Order: sequence, then structure tokens, then C-alpha cells
Amino acid sequence: MLTIATGNKAVAAAVKAAKPGVVAAYPITPQTEIVEQLAEYVTTGELESRYIPVESEHSAMAACIGASAGGVRTFTATSSHGLLYMHEMVHWTAGARLPVVMANVNRALGPGWNTWAEHTDAFSQRDTGWLQVFVGTVQEAYDATLMAFKIAENEKVLLPVMVNLDGFTLSHIMQSLETVEIGDFLPPFHLPHAIDTENPCGYGPMTGPADYFRFRWDIERSMRDARGVIADVEREFAERFGRSYGPTEDYRCEDADVVVIAMGSLGKEAEVAIDRLRDDGVKAGSMRLRWFRPFPDLDLAGREVVVIDRDYSFGFGGVVAHSIRSKTGIEPYSVIAGLGGQEVTYNDIADFVRNRCPGEETWFGVSDHV
Amino acid sequence: MSAIPKEEYLYKCTSACAGCSSSLCLRYVLKAAGPDSVLVVPACCTSVIQGIYPGTAMNVPVYNIAFAAAAACASGLSNALSALGKETNVIVYAGDGGTVDIGIQSLSGAFERGTNFLYICYDNEAYGNTGMQRSGSTPLGARTTTTPGGKPTAKKDLDRIVEAHNPPYMATACSAYPLDLYKKVKKALSIEGPKFIHILAPCPPGWRYPTEKTVEMGKLAVKTGTWILYEREFGKLAISGPSKAAMKKPAPLEDYIKGQGRFKNLSPEIFDEMRQQVERNIQRLSREEAGVC
Ligand SMILES: Cc1ncc(C[n+]2csc(CCOP(=O)(O)OP(=O)(O)O)c2C)c(N)n1
Ligand code: SF4
Repeated sequence: MLTIATGNKAVAAAVKAAKPGVVAAYPITPQTEIVEQLAEYVTTGELESRYIPVESEHSAMAACIGASAGGVRTFTATSSHGLLYMHEMVHWTAGARLPVVMANVNRALGPGWNTWAEHTDAFSQRDTGWLQVFVGTVQEAYDATLMAFKIAENEKVLLPVMVNLDGFTLSHIMQSLETVEIGDFLPPFHLPHAIDTENPCGYGPMTGPADYFRFRWDIERSMRDARGVIADVEREFAERFGRSYGPTEDYRCEDADVVVIAMGSLGKEAEVAIDRLRDDGVKAGSMRLRWFRPFPDLDLAGREVVVIDRDYSFGFGGVVAHSIRSKTGIEPYSVIAGLGGQEVTYNDIADFVRNRCPGEETWFGVSDHV
Repeated sequence: MSAIPKEEYLYKCTSACAGCSSSLCLRYVLKAAGPDSVLVVPACCTSVIQGIYPGTAMNVPVYNIAFAAAAACASGLSNALSALGKETNVIVYAGDGGTVDIGIQSLSGAFERGTNFLYICYDNEAYGNTGMQRSGSTPLGARTTTTPGGKPTAKKDLDRIVEAHNPPYMATACSAYPLDLYKKVKKALSIEGPKFIHILAPCPPGWRYPTEKTVEMGKLAVKTGTWILYEREFGKLAISGPSKAAMKKPAPLEDYIKGQGRFKNLSPEIFDEMRQQVERNIQRLSREEAGVC
């Protein structure tokens, strides 16, 4: 069905289609609309699910852990301080191998209080063992949420998935949305290690040095397998519903001398900048990075790269720029831009490309370089 | 005692300290709950007592969870199991630290939401797992590794906090009275909604008394009126048998204090304050039971 919706409503619609057994959530701007919409669906009976209105994000994820371990499909949503408040449990979900799906509406962290978009919240959970996807449109928020369940629940993966969408620029803007009849795209939830009183086991007990590392390695092995599973699920999605996705969304990259790498809505904005640059005769392309964990293999050989980071690791640099540098050996031109919702237009992005200085880092609006 | 099943769900040779009363209690809790039960255990002595992977000392599934999260995790689990049409007992077995301090938010949330589960706090009045630091449940005057001069403030009144949530069933128990505990667990599990049992669980290394005195220590807590056994069903209080007698003519508080190293060198002022607290509690609960509020 074709309609128009905000990114938040799109996520809620996908969750409704996925029919989780439990939704446990705590509100925070700009995610609130997702949990309100889900509560509404549950109240009207459009979604037959248990809605647990918990008292904090730490409890939201703890409740998801209990529910998922109990054997039902589970969803939550959060943002920013909420995500950081649940951090301990974010690790726990992955360690317990529970395929919980969570929407994280990316937002900056205080102080000062700022409810606008930034990716530092998600990146602060980088090493938790969660898969992380960043979407660029309302439609993609819907599609990625549906696929997230299928990827997370695949027996080769059994890890939680975080669907990231930019606060306000995606969560609250309306775009066209085509919802689908998912049919048997998502099979009934089956967790091989669900709690079973007929087969009593200890879940997550003390684990000594001789075994602990095996569990860690298992997570990494699943992360590696997840690349193939993601590709399969995205392929099946394309076949069934006609929209295709990959680890990156490439735009006019084939013959590009310089490639812009960004995530989320800035990655989408970059496409307009590329058109401008092409009009000016600059052979530019853009690669919107969709998957952050597992981090994709990127073919950037022989190109210059401009990375826009909507995040920062203090005392070090942009997180994406660093990832590109260490994965590809290429010294990108690193631009820190869009923090806390700072406005970045496609003209600005075109300027980043025009004024690029490989190996350098620039803070947009602070340095006079751009 | 013959009513208590022979089946064991907590096997022998756990890594608990000699004389550990909380593991003794757990044994009775599980006997009362039976095999269709899941334990949710936050970080505490119990998360160690169950053994190291791949072994387990327990014959029911045990879900280990982070320190602050037990009640919330149980909330999710309870909802999931009922969504699947299962009637499995979901039981949190948490220490006092994980209940009165770090876990109180999730406890409160789960009770307010009316989660169908049983929350048991075994109260050894300190953080046993990390080596006997004070908790909010450590009584006035008790020495712990972080209150080496004796705790300057009173024990947090967990029961009144829980009571304020109006659960359909709550009770206190003590390891020295296992049959009383067994019956309370049975009754709690027969009631729908959030249930709570607070067990006083003497701990030889924490309280600094000889291991063989564990049962005696629990009895003295009850006989002196320091720990009062009762049930509150749908708000109605009933003092349990052993405390009924004790509250009429409590044994001298000294009997309880003197055998415990944690109360060594207690000042007369603190002792007096403790005595007054005991009297106030006895009076408060007696009045409530008699319907004089
Ligand atoms: C967030 C967090 N902080 C601290 C700890 C360390 N820790 C583990 S158990 C524990 C004390 C537990 O005390 P209590 O709940 O009274 O149970 P007991 O050990 O006495 O059985 C502490 C402080 C932890 N696991 N997690
Ligand atoms: S420290 Fe106390 S509660 Fe913990 S195992 Fe030892 S005796 Fe039991």
C-alpha cells in the first residue's frame, strides 16, 4: 500500500508487520512516536503483542532479553541518552545471543541538551556485538526494520540488530512509503536456546578463562557469517518486493575519481551534491555506508575519498574516517559535519569535495578550510 | 516437614560458604516451586553458587542477568511465557544489594506494572559476592568492609517500599524456619500478579559468626523481634507463628548481637537506638494486625 509517513511511523508499521510477541520500551525524543504508535496498535488490536511500558531504558532492554530468551520475537526503540542508559544491557543482549531488534533514532548527547541528529550514540555501542544498519529514507527505515528481524533470527547470526535513523531529518519528515504484505518472508520465531523447563540449563553463568573466549569468538564468527546472511536477505527482499539494498548505496561511482562516504540522511544529501559536481565536470560519486557492523569490504582503490562523519571520537578523529583508513589503507579527507543537527546542505557537501585535502581533518563551521 | 517434596533442584557441593543460609533457602524455594519454574538471578552470591560453565548446580533453568535488571528481565520473561500459553513460575532470586539498592527501580517498575512473578530477596545484609561491603540493607551499627566503624544509618525498610506498591501477596521469612518459607512460596505462587518474599538469610563470613550457628542466628533474629515473620495477603497482615510468640515476650536483643563479630564494640547509644527500632517495629506490626492503625 502506498502512503506517506514519517520515519518513525514507518518503523512502527514494519514492527506491526513483523508481529513481535513483546514490545518493551521507554520514550525519548525523537523516538517517542515509534513507541506511541506501537502502543496504539496494541490497544486497538491491530498488533497482537504484549506491550511492556517499562520504567527505564535499562529495564527496556532487560525486559527484551527476558522476552526473547522466553521464546518470542522482541522489539524496542530508543535514542541518545536512552541508548547510553541501556548500554550494559546492550552488551548483554548480544552476549546472550538474542535476536532483539531495536530502532535507534540517532540523536546527540548532552550537555548541552540537543535532540537533533548525530551518530555518536550508535557508535558508542560499536563494540557490543550488535549489527548496525543506517538508513537514508523513510522507505528504507521500513524495509530495513523488516529485514532486521530476518537477519537477526537467522541461525547463523542470532545477534541483535540496531536500525539507525537520523533524528528529525528522518524520524519526523514525511516521505512516500510503500508497505508490503510480508507473507512468509518472516517465518515464526524460533530460538534454538529458548528457556525450556523440560531441559534445565544455566544461561549466562560464570564462565572461566578456558571457555569465555570461545563465546566471544562465536560472536565474531557469526558477525562474519552475517555478511552473507544480510546479502541473502536483501536479495530475497528485492526479489519479493522490488527494492534492493546492499552494504553501501553507490551513486555515480563507476567512473568516479573522488567518492563521498557518509551515513544516513547526509549520505542521501550527498547524491544531490554529486549531481552538482558532475554538472561542473568533477568526476565524483557517493557511497552511502549502510552497514556499520559488520563493516563491509569497500573497493576504493585508486580513488580519492571524502568522509563525512556525523560523530566524533575525542582525541582521535571521525569514527567512519578512521574505519575507512584502517580498512582500505586510503587516507581520506575527513570532514566532521552535522553534529547535533548542524545544517549541512548539498552545496556544502559539494564544497567539501571541491576543497578536499587528503589526509586532513576539518570541522565544518569551525575550520576556515571549507 | 513430610509435606516437603524429596526432589532436589539444588544439588549438593555448591561453592557456597559453609553455613550459607541463603542457599539453604533456595533449596526450599525450589522444592516449593517445582520443576516448571525459571529462576532469574542478578549478580550476587547465587550467581556464583550455581557453578561455573558448563556445570550447573540447579535442576531448573537459571537466567543470569546484570545486577540492576532482574525484575525487568523477569517481566519480559513472564510476558513471553504467558504469550506462549505457558504457566511456568518466574522467580527472581536476588540479594539485598540487587534489590534495595541498584535493582530497586526495576523492582518498583515490575510491581507497578502488575507483572506475574515472584520476587524473592534473600537478605544477608551486605554485598556478599564482592566481599561484604555495606548495602542499603545493612543494619545500623554493623561493621562491613566499607563501614569499618559500623554503619551510621539504619537498614532501608524494603518491605514498606514494596508494600506501597500494593502487591496481592508479600511475606517475610527466615532461613531458620524452612517450613514457614516453603508454605509462603507455595501460597505466593498460587496467586496471580506480583508477589514478594523477603528472607532474612544469616551469612557466617558477613556477620562474623561460626558456621554451625546459622540456624541459631536466624532463630535469635526472630525471637528478639529483630526480624518479624508475617504475610500480607491483599493488604491484610497476618503475623506468622514463630513471631507471634516472640513479639509477646521478645528475647533480649543482646542475645542476637553478641554472637556476631559485625556488631563488635557497638556503642551504648547505637545499641539503644537499635533496641528502640525493634520495639517500634513490633508495635507497628502488632497494631496493624489488631486493626488499630
Ligand atoms: C553494575 C554493577 N555494579 C557492580 C557489580 C559488582 N557486584 C556484583 S554482585 C555485587 C553485590 C551483590 O550483593 P547482594 O545483592 O546483596 O547479593 P549477595 O552477593 O550478598 O548475595 C556487586 C556490588 C556488578 N556486577 N554490576
Ligand atoms: S557470602 Fe554469605 S550469602 Fe554469600 S555464599 Fe557465603 S554465606 Fe552465603
